[in-house]
Amino acid sequence: MSPKKNNLALFVKQMPKNIFSGFVVSLIALPLGLGLAMASEAPPISGVITAIIGGIIVSFLGGSNVTISGPGNGLVGVLLAAILTLGLNDAYAAIICSGILLIILGFLRLGILADFFPSSAIQGMLAAIGLIILGKQFHIMLGNKISRPSNIDYLLEIPNTIIQAFSYENSGFTYAAIAGVLSLAIMIFYPKIRNKYLQLIPAPMWIVILSIAFSYYYELVLKLPNPIDAKYMLSGIPEAAQIITEIPSISFGKIGLPVFWSSVISLTLIASIESLLSIKAVDKLDPERRRSNVNKDIKALGLATIGSGFLGGLNVVTVIARSSVNVNNGGTNRSANFFHAFFLVLFIVLFSTQLTRIPLPALMAILVFTGYKLASPDMVKKIFYIGKEQVIIFLITLITTLNVGLISGISIGVFTTFIIHVMVNKSFSFFFRNWLKPNVLMFKEEHEANNYYVSVKHFCSFLNYYKLKQKLDSIPENEEVIVDFSFCEFVDHTVMENLHNYQELFAKNGGSFEIVGLDMHETDSKHPFALRRILPVPTFFENNLTKRQTLIGEIAENLDLNYNAKKNKDILFLNEFLFFKTRQANHIYNEVSGSDHSFNLFDIEFSEGEFIAKEVVRTTMLEIKLNQDAPSFTLDKEGFLERVYAFAGYDDIQIKNQTEFSKNFYLMGEDKEAITHFFTDNLVNFFESNPYYHIDSNGKSILIFQKERLASIKELKGLLDFGKRLQSTINE
Amino acid sequence: MKLKPFKTIGIGATFSPNLEANLYEASRLAMLFDSKLILIHVGESSDDKKVKFQSILQPFIEKGLDYDIVFKPGKPVDVILSITSSYNIDLLLIGALKRENFVKFYLGSIARQITRKALCSVLLLTHSSVDNKPCKHIVVNGLKDPKTKETICLSFYMATNFKAKKMTIVEEIAQQEVAVSVEDDKSLRRANINKERIKLREDSRVKKLIEDIDEQYTSSVNYNIQPIFGKRGYSIGHYAEVVRADLLIMNAPDKTSFLDRLFPHDIEHILTELPTDVLIVR
Repeated sequence: MSPKKNNLALFVKQMPKNIFSGFVVSLIALPLGLGLAMASEAPPISGVITAIIGGIIVSFLGGSNVTISGPGNGLVGVLLAAILTLGLNDAYAAIICSGILLIILGFLRLGILADFFPSSAIQGMLAAIGLIILGKQFHIMLGNKISRPSNIDYLLEIPNTIIQAFSYENSGFTYAAIAGVLSLAIMIFYPKIRNKYLQLIPAPMWIVILSIAFSYYYELVLKLPNPIDAKYMLSGIPEAAQIITEIPSISFGKIGLPVFWSSVISLTLIASIESLLSIKAVDKLDPERRRSNVNKDIKALGLATIGSGFLGGLNVVTVIARSSVNVNNGGTNRSANFFHAFFLVLFIVLFSTQLTRIPLPALMAILVFTGYKLASPDMVKKIFYIGKEQVIIFLITLITTLNVGLISGISIGVFTTFIIHVMVNKSFSFFFRNWLKPNVLMFKEEHEANNYYVSVKHFCSFLNYYKLKQKLDSIPENEEVIVDFSFCEFVDHTVMENLHNYQELFAKNGGSFEIVGLDMHETDSKHPFALRRILPVPTFFENNLTKRQTLIGEIAENLDLNYNAKKNKDILFLNEFLFFKTRQANHIYNEVSGSDHSFNLFDIEFSEGEFIAKEVVRTTMLEIKLNQDAPSFTLDKEGFLERVYAFAGYDDIQIKNQTEFSKNFYLMGEDKEAITHFFTDNLVNFFESNPYYHIDSNGKSILIFQKERLASIKELKGLLDFGKRLQSTINE
Repeated sequence: MKLKPFKTIGIGATFSPNLEANLYEASRLAMLFDSKLILIHVGESSDDKKVKFQSILQPFIEKGLDYDIVFKPGKPVDVILSITSSYNIDLLLIGALKRENFVKFYLGSIARQITRKALCSVLLLTHSSVDNKPCKHIVVNGLKDPKTKETICLSFYMATNFKAKKMTIVEEIAQQEVAVSVEDDKSLRRANINKERIKLREDSRVKKLIEDIDEQYTSSVNYNIQPIFGKRGYSIGHYAEVVRADLLIMNAPDKTSFLDRLFPHDIEHILTELPTDVLIVR
């Protein structure tokens, strides 16, 4: 299908895009690397070393495509414990050993390891890690460095620190606290401001730039010393040459102690879980829908971890937030990971002295935000909707992880989940009898639709999900699959959630993935991922309509159109649009459609990016159906961002004799010839003489929208009018 | 090919609620195959019991059923096995038990031991009933095994006699045979190519087996070949359940040792959860 010789040409062609995206990622990786390392009580530069080594090794040897590797937030808790108990030099030895274990896991093809953990337990563990990060760094963010024996104490101390922050005698501390709070504000409000110039630089880099600028302002303009206390400035950033000459001495002295190996195992466990979860999530974002080779990636991460450990860096893991930034900025292959490392080297060589101008509270604000995102109340609420039993699993894992440690936390989580499953089914022998049975049957239905049919027997939970997964993974994503649970008496939440991921994956690749046979199962909650049973459409209780909704309703009535305010999850038609290649549509609502279904106006909620880079966007869109086939294209007004993208490798298609149009609009698409043919003078005139909208065509229908926010009633009318006239112009 | 595979059919008879249904099924089979039916009762002989059995068999005796009732006290497993060999029984019928509250069938421990040790073919009955129910769909294994040819041959014979409309020859393809573990797009493509190749190879192998069978048996049966991916011996039962087959015909296993029961494979899986009526051919 893909001739080999074209690969190099394609690689070179995509190179500018990857360089650009690697650059943007390095902007976020630099402050995060410094912060994560400091949160683990390691020298700040070790985080950057981790990202550099990770970026270089994994980009050459890894098995995934658009992931970025570096220091991970999940590991902060474990690294912190390791460094505190073993000392820094022995912790490096533990990091190296965990790298070796990771390589072994990779060779044993244990990439399935993460499938054996119930998802609520994993979420509980991640939330605990979030709280550990948040609890510790919150105090530094407010200029109050304290040291407490346990993670819980740090959390309990938070109100105290807030009160104290208003009454520092040393103004240096007050300035430190102000820097921290302002940085936190930047992290919180940055995603809400949708300005394309501002968004070019990620929020953490804004914090770095602003704080360095602030320091220079005092030094050069006011000729005063920096008002922030020197204790709260970033210190210990070595020169580039120093990093190479002063490699830390690694001590393997404690290799015989059990505490050493428990650190190694925690590091390996968390590093592999975090990487595996990230790879899975990033694969969903990959615009080209490639499948990552998980085991190859694990091996590369292990090797990178060994290298990083020897050079004074931390564990290398696949990180989700940076990877999603990479995808959003056009990264297409592993070279973006390499360039991210390359730019980090450049930063360290050129600006290492400037980095000491960053106040610690500013960096810690980034971490506090990260920690909050890991343990946000929204997540607990979501789990609560899925089912009360999931909340129990979540909380038990969370509390044990905070109090005792990661390994105990996740073990208790797994155990609790199993006990709850036994209680729900009121039978232990049901699990015992059927656990090891090969309960999944797959075959291709030969004489009918030629689809894959997968039947699952007995029960399907985190205990034996890997069997189902193995079968599902061997089906190409553009095929049709029916998963039948008619013979399966119990399906748990972990499986439901994973199957939902498969559904999305297949839908995006043009296949279909249907789940049948769950109708007779019972469930406690109405959440689709609840254990035991999936409901076709969750029933939301009737809300009072907002004013906007009433007005939309009136418009629909006046124009004799249908209006439906309810959430609609049937959004598969969006996947074919270019705009949704890297974005995840959640649902549409407030639908207005004509009786002939030739157009559909709706509000939509979609998300961009993942984790701390995740931004949920609501906007209003209009889909119009075309009578004739059209080429796929995207039409946008030429602005600053598009110029950047054009520089990064996309081509602007020029229309003959329409220089004015070509200058003002940015038109892109694969089939150049068909597009130039499609844009007749008539159509060009239409676009030039009408207000500007973003247009996305998938060949059969056209998606029109203007702003990345919901449209007002007036804008809504305008959009509807524009769409109708465009429809008649094209259909002429 | 043997035209009359079953000359003597045996059935263990105890006074259980299922007795009537089991005897009806056995008699119908004996009539259909024109074979002799032997009732084996573990226990002392008495006229009382004899009359009871005869009264159940009465409708078939009227139609000319050739039967015999054998009484012998002792351990059930030993008695049934010894009578099977001394009377030259070549098909032994065993009724399955229903798991409480479930629509699942399993074999009692005695029945299981008999199934393992018997030297003749064994038919495990799940839905035995007094009324005659048609057998519409037969599933048979197409394993690469010297016994498979005979099994498939017999299946065609059964299908013709039962007037079954449909027969599916199932090839179970184990993951090991595909030999490529799917890790990314490339290995997925390779695995699928391998699967296709194995499928074609298996298809031609089974077709060759069928070519050798007398056309009078193959012509009236609508058969197809279905490759499935799963665990050998287990998945075929699962498949039979999914397609709601009425009869599953399988090769007898080579030999089962204690270890096979600890780590069940092939037939052992089927014995723990009977998907439908199962005929084990020896």
